[in-house]
Amino acid sequence: MIREDITELEISLLLEAIYQKYEYDFRQYSKAHINRRIRNRMSLSGLEDVSQIQSKVLKDETFAHQLLQDLSITVTEMFRDQDFYRSLRENVIPILKTYPFIKIWHAGCATGEEAYSMAIILQEEGLYNRTTIYATDFNQQALNRAKEGIFSNAMMKEYTINYQLSGGKKSFSDYYTSNYDNVIMNQSLKKNIVWANHNLVTDSVFVEAHLILCRNVLIYFDNNLQNKVQKLFYEGLINGGILCLGTKRGFTVYRLF
Amino acid sequence: MQYEAIVIGVSSGGMNALKFIFSVLPSGFTTPIIIVQHLSAHSDKEWINLLNNKSNLTIKEADEKEKIETGKAYVAPSNYHLLIEKDKTFSLTIDERVNFARPSIDVLFESAADTYKNKLIGIVLTGSNTDGAKGIKRIKEYGGLAIIQDPETAESSTMPASAIAAVEPDYILSLEKIVELLIKITQTNFDGYRGKTIK
Repeated sequence: MIREDITELEISLLLEAIYQKYEYDFRQYSKAHINRRIRNRMSLSGLEDVSQIQSKVLKDETFAHQLLQDLSITVTEMFRDQDFYRSLRENVIPILKTYPFIKIWHAGCATGEEAYSMAIILQEEGLYNRTTIYATDFNQQALNRAKEGIFSNAMMKEYTINYQLSGGKKSFSDYYTSNYDNVIMNQSLKKNIVWANHNLVTDSVFVEAHLILCRNVLIYFDNNLQNKVQKLFYEGLINGGILCLGTKRGFTVYRLF
Repeated sequence: MQYEAIVIGVSSGGMNALKFIFSVLPSGFTTPIIIVQHLSAHSDKEWINLLNNKSNLTIKEADEKEKIETGKAYVAPSNYHLLIEKDKTFSLTIDERVNFARPSIDVLFESAADTYKNKLIGIVLTGSNTDGAKGIKRIKEYGGLAIIQDPETAESSTMPASAIAAVEPDYILSLEKIVELLIKITQTNFDGYRGKTIK
């Protein structure tokens, strides 16, 4: 067996160990992605091979927590992919307007930037007061940050461009207050967002939503896991509900009848 | 030696370089080509269409889980890293930027090397940063072929120069010579060419 094949075997044993000890299931994640994240961790922590990670992850909870952060991607942006948000405004909002109350499930919200983006659109379209956004993620650390709604001021220039290109109707700075290096999102945006820990791989459905958004999450899953999670979404939608799976600039909308 | 794929990393000055390469490569060129070109996160796909119109090959944006096919060239979508799985399909990720870039050349090259091992050709072209240096090193470690644009002929010399500093390349060539070499390599049994570094 050549060295790379051994590494591959070690990685699959490591994922099994993480699942058995911590019940986080990365076994059906994209292998190239997991491989890269684990190599990164090895070089950051000065570890020689994957078996060393395994032994450390089982005995050292702080290290295990660190590795979970490595494997869960929390990189996100406000109004990421302007075409997606423009299309959301043009095609999905008119349908949502026909409901007396609206439930939205934002699955895999990470640090919350896109849930705030959604809240902004709903406010501008006059729908926010009758909406509840369930924003979920399995990464509690990311959720805690999302709940705070405090973001780096340095990002606001980029987000302002995103917001404008996506059809924003106001001045983006109306939605936050700057405080030195950070900004805090307006309290009014938070009031109808419910932040909850939910794992798409291991947990079941908890809501019947009018709209489910899940963006840049399924890209990390293999085909089997993608299918499984899509079934979960169908169960989580009302009749006529909408599923938005945006990858890249594209916009995939499924309406369930 | 039959090479199974070519990866190209290119940054500033890349549009002209890619236009040249794809206007010259003939329609019978079957080895798939996978490209990272640094672009702004807001750029649209128009430049890929322009490139495709001028080319004998089909050039398209790489899709998630898409199977890599012969006779095609793929470009990493803007604002995503592009990875290659063992089954020769693409994965996309939005991990943090690497060398201030997403897509990053290093990320593509490293995962391509893991998959194609010594059956990979890596090419670093014009650019004004250091992305690609670590990736081309990984390609060489697996026994793949490293081709770097001669910095003196590049619109921006930093990127090829850093790649040369990181590995001992098999070839340092102008764009014209790189295209000639690619055609030669993919048409003939190639082992005889290796190691003759042409300056």
